[in-house]
Amino acid sequence: MANYFQPEVECASHEEIRAIQNEKLVKQVKRVYENVEYYRNLMNEKGVTPDDIKSIDDLHKLPFLTKADLRDAYPYGLLGTDLKNCVRIHSTSGTTGRRVVAFYTQKDIELWEDCCARAIVAAGGNDEDVCQVAYGYGLFTGGFGINGGSQKVGCLTLPMSSGNTERQIQFMQDLHATILCCTPSYAAYLGESMKEMGITPDDIDLKAGIFGAEPWTEEMRRDIEKSLGIKAYDIYGLTESTGPGVAFECEEQSGMHINEDHFLAEIIDPETGEVLPEGSKGELVFTNLDKEGFPLIRYRTRDICILSRKKCSCGRTLIKMTKPMGRSDDMLIIRGVNVFPSQIEAVLIKSGYSVNYLIEVDRVNNTDTLDVSVELTPEQFSDRVRDLAAQEKMLANNMKIMLGINPKVHLVAPKSITRSEGKAVRVIDKRKLHD
Amino acid sequence: MSVKQISVFIENKKGQLAEVTRYIAEHDVNLRALSVGDTQDFGILRIICENPDSAMEVLQKAGYLTMMTDVLATAISDEPGSLAAILEVLAEADVAVEYTYAFLSAKSGAYMIFRVDDNQKAAAALAGVGIKTVDQAELF
Repeated sequence: MANYFQPEVECASHEEIRAIQNEKLVKQVKRVYENVEYYRNLMNEKGVTPDDIKSIDDLHKLPFLTKADLRDAYPYGLLGTDLKNCVRIHSTSGTTGRRVVAFYTQKDIELWEDCCARAIVAAGGNDEDVCQVAYGYGLFTGGFGINGGSQKVGCLTLPMSSGNTERQIQFMQDLHATILCCTPSYAAYLGESMKEMGITPDDIDLKAGIFGAEPWTEEMRRDIEKSLGIKAYDIYGLTESTGPGVAFECEEQSGMHINEDHFLAEIIDPETGEVLPEGSKGELVFTNLDKEGFPLIRYRTRDICILSRKKCSCGRTLIKMTKPMGRSDDMLIIRGVNVFPSQIEAVLIKSGYSVNYLIEVDRVNNTDTLDVSVELTPEQFSDRVRDLAAQEKMLANNMKIMLGINPKVHLVAPKSITRSEGKAVRVIDKRKLHD
Repeated sequence: MSVKQISVFIENKKGQLAEVTRYIAEHDVNLRALSVGDTQDFGILRIICENPDSAMEVLQKAGYLTMMTDVLATAISDEPGSLAAILEVLAEADVAVEYTYAFLSAKSGAYMIFRVDDNQKAAAALAGVGIKTVDQAELF
């Protein structure tokens, strides 16, 4: 039997949703124009005023925001209200120069938690469930967002945070967790660890898992479902928009319903910026219809996907997005952390190295690995092994500081990294993340 | 007196050492001694040869990452404890030994190469106990 957290929205007719969106968009554009100088300037440059925005049909007139804008406006440039009205900050994973700092008012958090609650209910959650939240708690949106949603549903919430696998499994067993929320790779890892410990799916009470924050395949879904004895649901979100819960899967497991009463979605051609009709593959763009603290309008996610209004058997009418099929930039998601090759490049330049490097990403035992091969230069060469080992360690440390995750650095001979058209090939992603 | 050692960066891959030594041989470089320091990723090949300057040029032309380091060479007698004696002298003089390796010369017996943190101090300490350091020419 299908369950909804907010059926009046989740199952509203398209006309009703449109009416909500129209009203909210007009108000939001006015508010942002008044409060956010950065976006006002962008609108002025484009010759658009709030009066030009009468419905969502006018959305295309508004300027885009990109990650570069977020960087330029860091930290307060895109703040939508007085700081005193904000109650929390979240940030994307420790990325100097690319860091996104988002502000939340109490209302923002309420609405965000509603979105997460919709996802949990869609995965079969109710007030009799024990929800184990193994997403990280902290600046990362995962832990706090799902935690709030879980409490709204009335689940007994286990704020485990990430890591400490043995304790996760012990609590899962002892406290009869029924819903697990974490990254898909950690879910797979938990499944394997349980198997090693001789614990079978019959020994635990899990029935569902809500997994997101990194790309995963259908194959991985089936593996996780088998190893944990659950139904695995995808969840999508980004700190720029709010966090997890921007879109969520229902029991049909064929794409994620976007909470479009809060997040207005468009698909554009990443090259031209032109809006594409429903069903086209392109870059996903979100407009926050309610956000007060960090109200982004037409934010380009760089995620490539397809939107569809095809009727869903779950009864929800919210528009669906496919799992992201790739990126329109070079961002990699490694262990749930956003990594740009340019960040690695910045570390190399700062450390006196050439920018001839190779990033190799793989997934070994369900954990992402990051290996960076760096061409040694005459200046850094030494006849002493420990000097070179120290160089590798220094580069790895600096990358860890920049990226927030530990890479393995390998010094290689000059000109040994394959070049095509004179340029070094920068990234080899051996993980099969997209079906 | 010191000896010029050439270091060559090599990746820890099959055939790399063979490749560089073959290359050296083809360019008539007369090798006298060789040692490799390595990790999982890379190795540093250190060589003592007859004409280090031209050997270095040959290697660089081929794209190898190279460097020249002054190291100490001493003749060493073929009896137990002779290496320990030298190392004790260096330790007493507060000289740090980075690495060391040995080789045999057909005409004049065994030699040790020492890479130390202070060549002058090390040579003086050895001279103080009558151990002579030799130059490049004496090795060939």
